[in-house]
This record gives sequence, structure tokens and C-alpha cells, in this order.
Amino acid sequence: MPMERILSPNDPITAPKMPSLPASSTHITGTSVLAIKFKDGIMMAADNLASYGSLARFKDMQRLQAVGEHTVIGAGGDMSDFQYIQAMLDELIIDEFTAQDGHSLGPAEIHEYLAQVMYARRSKMNPLWNAILVGGVKDGKRIWKINLVLPPRRFLSFVDLLGTTYSASTLATGYGAHIAQPLLRTAVEGKEDILTAEDALKILEQSMKVLYYRDARSIDKYQVATITARGISISESRRLETSWSFAEGIRGYGAQTQ
Amino acid sequence: MTSIGTGYDLSASTYSPDGRIFQVEYANKAVENSGTAIGLRVKDGIVLAVEKLVHSKLLVPGVNRRIQTIDRHIGLATAGLLADGRHLSNRARDEAANYRDQYRQPPPLKNIADRLGLYVQAYTLYSSVRPFGISTILGAVDKDGPALYVVEPSGVFFGYHGAAVGKGRQLAKTELEKLKLTELSTREAVIEAARIIYLVHDDAKEKDFELEMSWIGDETNGLHLPVPKDLQAEAEAAAKAVLENFE
Repeated sequence: MPMERILSPNDPITAPKMPSLPASSTHITGTSVLAIKFKDGIMMAADNLASYGSLARFKDMQRLQAVGEHTVIGAGGDMSDFQYIQAMLDELIIDEFTAQDGHSLGPAEIHEYLAQVMYARRSKMNPLWNAILVGGVKDGKRIWKINLVLPPRRFLSFVDLLGTTYSASTLATGYGAHIAQPLLRTAVEGKEDILTAEDALKILEQSMKVLYYRDARSIDKYQVATITARGISISESRRLETSWSFAEGIRGYGAQTQ
Repeated sequence: MTSIGTGYDLSASTYSPDGRIFQVEYANKAVENSGTAIGLRVKDGIVLAVEKLVHSKLLVPGVNRRIQTIDRHIGLATAGLLADGRHLSNRARDEAANYRDQYRQPPPLKNIADRLGLYVQAYTLYSSVRPFGISTILGAVDKDGPALYVVEPSGVFFGYHGAAVGKGRQLAKTELEKLKLTELSTREAVIEAARIIYLVHDDAKEKDFELEMSWIGDETNGLHLPVPKDLQAEAEAAAKAVLENFE
């Protein structure tokens, strides 16, 4: 007489059939991306670290990428998925360029496209493991009947691995959404049309510094992207000035053994 | 023509007894009936120019472009059947995208010319298709600098310093040979290209034409772009002035 099987979720035969998930364990990851609106456009920052688990594996990863003439994207999460997204968007931009029809994709179109791709992939149970900020400035629409040209418009939106989207005048992904977002809101909300590029840079610098103190997957090397109606510039890598003398007195923070 | 009535011209998959493929030769005739297209490979870039014959005054200016963009750094100009040119440029875009996908770098023009050559040649092999009725000038600035190729209806392709296809190709070639192409700047080449197209245009037979010009070089940041309006106007004015002095 055959032995009675004990129902177990781990038993390959008795376990309820679940949709099978392709192995999507994330390996090389990036941490937070921050972005804010300011008077002339959008400013975005991300550090240069790509981690392998808790190991600081690559310290020269560029996580901000220009897409076309008017848009920058910044990504946290799986860096190989981000590289795939970069190649995909590059192909999209070339497709549009070769049409030579006088049109180009702006940040709103690129964000919408990304959101559709992210949602489609999560619906196939195979998401692209990222949280992405899309920021940019593009000339306003021309309404030809009354010959009216709307002023250049700032755009800043979020999209993640589930295809979730939202917009705000300050955005942050990952750990930054917890630590930096409140700071950014205090500094920016209500002042979007007053803050200069200089102000915006100071605000981001301050938040990057706080993140570097608090986020164990961050590094003190980072880049800043500025998008205005004049175009895109992504800075060289810069260093955060930090001071660690306070750590001496805190048990469990520094190198004390007792 | 000797080929007519012999029966050896009914399909591209049949040779004539002396080893020719008449359908390919007819395709070349289609190219010869078309407005001239030229390409210049100079010191620091590429210039493409096309004499686009305007067959109706009712056409909107600028339509039916014969210069196409294949990739950021690659341009293509055709002489012959317009629709064949559109089809081939679509194919060229696919090939360029495919190269990028495989190698994650901008395709060198040689590879694109090679792939297009294979594609065009395949249309000389079967009785069910006709060969392409176009000659194609490909121009790019790639990792090795400026490059210029011509793909013919037979599928052969060659690299050139200067190329001319279509109705006025003979005269255009003579003019190109007079130029020191390796010493010209891209900006100077635009002026020369406009002059040559105006020169080869026969306004006794065809009244109206549009000059279509594009360039790739340092001034375009390595991108294939239409020649800016002011430079185009300057080049056309210079071309007309030279012709008046000539006559």
C-alpha cells in the first residue's frame, strides 16, 4: 500500500501550482536617486556606486543617463536591467531621429513609454527591477490655429518595477524616498519657481550627504544632472565633504569592540 | 535593344547565352532616368546632394525626400525608383539597429554597405522578384572617419571619394574628379555639391527641381542632418552665380 503523502507547500507534487517565476534575484544594485524642480528646470542626483549585495563592487557607475535632447533618467535597483533599459531607449531615440520629421520625444513621452514597458514586464511576472526618475524640459506645444506657443514645461515623474507612476516637485527612489524626500519637500515645495540652479544644487548636495551618512549602500561620489530649456548637462563625478569624528562616541557605530 | 524578343530578359533568374542578366541591366536603366544624386567624402565629413525632379507644381515643397537617415551617423541618397529607395532605407535602418543590438556600438558603414549589398543581390536570384531599380549612395562618419559607398542594382558595392548616380552622373563625375576631395572641408564641399547639381541639371528637358542636401561632420557633431537653411541658401546662390558667369 502506498504511503500517504503529507500535504506540504514544499512538496513538488502536493504544493499548489503557483505561476513559475523566472529567477529574478537582483545582483548588482544602485541605491537612491533624487530629483527636484527649480526655476529653470529639473536637477537630479545619484551616487556612483553599484553594490554587489553589501559589497561596494563598482565605484564608477553612472546612474544618470540623457535620453534624447530634453530628458534625463536616473535609476536605482538592478543595474543590468538599467543597462537593458538604456539600450532600449537608445534604439527608440534613433528610431525617432531617423524619421527626420521635425519631432522629438520629450520627457513626458519617454516616461509614458517606460511606464508601459515596466507594467507589461511585471504583468509577465518578469519585472525590470528598477525605480526610475524621469526629468526634463521641453518647449511648449504650438497651437497653430491661434499661433500660440506655450512656454517650456518642466516634467518630473517616477516609475517603478510595477509600472506605478507619480509626479511631484521633489522625488526620490529607494532609501532616499524615506530619508531625503522629507528634506527635499521642506526645501522645495512652494519655491519651485524661485529656486536658482545654485540653490537646487545646494539642496541636493545636502540630501546626498545625509543619505551618505545613513545609507549603507551609498558612496560619497555622485553626479548631478541639470536639464533646462537650453539643454542637458551631466556633471563629472564629485565628492561629498563629510566628517566622521562624531562616530567615536557612539557605541555600535564606529570601530569599538566593547 | 539586343535583349528584346530573345526571351532571356523575362526573369532575373535566367542568364543570357553570353552571361548577362538583362533584368539587372534594365534596373540600371531605371536609375539612369532619375535625377542625379552625388556624394562627397572630404577631409572631415560627408556631403550628400540630390537633384529632385519635381514632376508636378501641385506638390508641397520638400515632400518625397530622396535623402534618408539610417542611423545617427549614417545618411543614404538614392537615384531610381523612389519607392525602392524607401524600402531599402527601411532595411538599412533595421540592419543598423541589428548591428547596434548585437555589438552595442555604432555600426561602421562598411558593415551596413556589406549587408545591403547582400540584400540587393538576393533580388537578382529569383524569378518571383525584380531587382532594385536604384543605385544607393551611403555616407557616414564612423570610427575610422568619413566613409562613402555606392550599392548598385546588381548588389555590388564599392567605396569612393566621390560618387555620382542617376541622369547626370557622367558630368558630375568629371566635376568631382576636378576637386581635391581630401583637402576640402565639409562646409566647402556643400558649396561644391550645390554647384555640381545645378550644373548637371538640364533645364531644357526638366524644368523644375529641388536641391536636397545633407551633411555629416564636426559641425553636425557626427550626426547626419539636413544642411542648415542659411548655408543651403548660400550654396544655391553661389551655384546660380557660377552658372550665369559660365553662360
